[in-house]
Amino acid sequence: MSQASLTGRTDGERVALIAAGSWTAERAAELETIVDDTSRRYVGARSVVIDLARLERLDTFGAWLIERLKRAFILRGSSARVVGLSEADCDLMDEVVQVNLAPGQKKAAANPILAALDTIGRGIADNGWSLVLLAQMLGALTGALLGTIAYPRRLRLTSLVHHLERVGWRAVPIIVVITFMIGAILAQQGIFRFRSVGLDVYVVDMVSVLVLREVGVLIVCIMVAGRSGSAYTAEIGSMKMREEIDALRTMGLDPVEVLVLPRIIALVIAVPLLTFIGSIAALYGAGLVCWLYAGMAPEIFLERLREAIWLPTFAVGMIKAPFMALMIGLVACVEGFEVEGSAASLGLKTTASVVKSIFLVIALDGFFAMFFAGVGM
Amino acid sequence: MNNNPPVISVRDLVVGFGATTVLDGASIDVFGGEILGFVGGSGAGKSVLMRAIIGLVPKRAGKIEVFGSDLATLNGRERRAIEQRWGVLFQHGALFSSLTALQNVQFPMREFLRLSPRLMEEIALAKLEMVGLSADVRGKYPSELSGGMIKRVALARALALDPDTVFLDEPTSGLDPIGAAEFDALIRTLQRTLGLSVFMVTHDLDSLHAVCDRIAVLFHGRVIAAGPIETMLASEHPWLQSYFGGARSRQLQGRVLQSQTLQNQVMNS
Repeated sequence: MSQASLTGRTDGERVALIAAGSWTAERAAELETIVDDTSRRYVGARSVVIDLARLERLDTFGAWLIERLKRAFILRGSSARVVGLSEADCDLMDEVVQVNLAPGQKKAAANPILAALDTIGRGIADNGWSLVLLAQMLGALTGALLGTIAYPRRLRLTSLVHHLERVGWRAVPIIVVITFMIGAILAQQGIFRFRSVGLDVYVVDMVSVLVLREVGVLIVCIMVAGRSGSAYTAEIGSMKMREEIDALRTMGLDPVEVLVLPRIIALVIAVPLLTFIGSIAALYGAGLVCWLYAGMAPEIFLERLREAIWLPTFAVGMIKAPFMALMIGLVACVEGFEVEGSAASLGLKTTASVVKSIFLVIALDGFFAMFFAGVGM
Repeated sequence: MNNNPPVISVRDLVVGFGATTVLDGASIDVFGGEILGFVGGSGAGKSVLMRAIIGLVPKRAGKIEVFGSDLATLNGRERRAIEQRWGVLFQHGALFSSLTALQNVQFPMREFLRLSPRLMEEIALAKLEMVGLSADVRGKYPSELSGGMIKRVALARALALDPDTVFLDEPTSGLDPIGAAEFDALIRTLQRTLGLSVFMVTHDLDSLHAVCDRIAVLFHGRVIAAGPIETMLASEHPWLQSYFGGARSRQLQGRVLQSQTLQNQVMNS
């Protein structure tokens, strides 16, 4: 392919420019420099003639650059015209003459302080709004639940079982592995510290209370938020994007009843079960480490365990579980319904779903801690 | 028109998924500078053929030549050079949802050409205007655009690098008749000004009558006929007769002449 070029000849105040070679997309960058240089070089020209007879190829990029050159001259008050167009390129040139006539819009630069305040204000308002949406969803969910209690046949049992399998049954292996490891690590750390003061056996008290009251349920909730909450948001969000939710509504079905209720019921059933399994796995891990690492016989571990905990210790963890599950489910579904058209928004809402639900689970845990302290559990 | 060498030449193409064979020895040519309409029943494999040509679907046998080179024998770099010479308009536009209309059109330029931001913006705006959109859409995201606008932005993106050939997958589906007719005229105009070859999968009888130079018909995995609309109308094949001889089509036949006059008007305008 031959070089693209633009050569000029000055004759008094008249300039003749001859374009040659192929003026195409691949050469657009170098052509732009040529065109800008040329328009600067012949600033004083009265009339300019751009001759295209020696062009080999011309595409939109080349045609636009020639038009831009012509406009640059006209803008400075010189007359400019294009000659020597081949018949094939004529249409293209005609088309290009009509584009980019509207003046470019420039955004006024915003005051940085105001912009920062604006961001903060919007952030706070968004967070407040998301609490409102949570309350709204809780209300809609309660409505759907009452409706289902009145007419039990409206409960989508297949869907419920399906979700129960996904968020409950299939989460068991990963939950067992993680809580087992957490229990083992807690016990190892405990033994290490307690041994230095000669109070080995109290490690059992520490691990069992910690696991049953707090760690078991929190680890399970964080896993479930990351594993199932994000999936809920992504599913509902992509259904929203494809107008499937609108389709449900037009058929006279309540999306909350069809989509949200089975998902949240599944979570509320699954999370306590997972918490129970997780806590036991953690205690097992702790017992194993005590035996192998500190030489504490399993009988002694169990004996100590019986003394260290009583039923309310276990109950505290289990009571919290369904409420936390409800929180995760609500946040996940609210964020799902908030997804807008773009793929980026789906990603953003899925992230928000996980972050918010973990945050709210921990905040909720704080309230429970105060509550249980108040009632003496 | 058919004196030009074929830009796309497909021979005995076999494509299947699992146990089903969708295309079974399909052969087709697209010549330089023509608009080829490609028809066939729903699920006949029109889109599959298109996707096989542009390399999105693997083939089992056969030969696909684009711009004179066999795609299967090319290395990555040669392939990319070929890919820059075609543009694809997907059925639902396939605009990048996280980019604005202007950024969508700029995307191929940004990836493949080294242009100054100013030139890139000017060219992208020019393309948007060429497909009949006003400069107002530049900052809008695909979710804020109507179906017809999405197709136009997608067409502008397909044309971003000034390709030699464009593939259009049902460009007028989902548009109202006025919008579809405008789109047909637009394709015709662009084909003429940019010297494009167009491979158009369509069901729109209006489009077939109004803009296509030739029509190819896919039936049971093979291309059973190819030629201008008159050949299709004269064909004895039962499927072709029911496709072009159906009630919806018969209304159009009377308008073939009319549409040709209209087409001339478009050409002259």
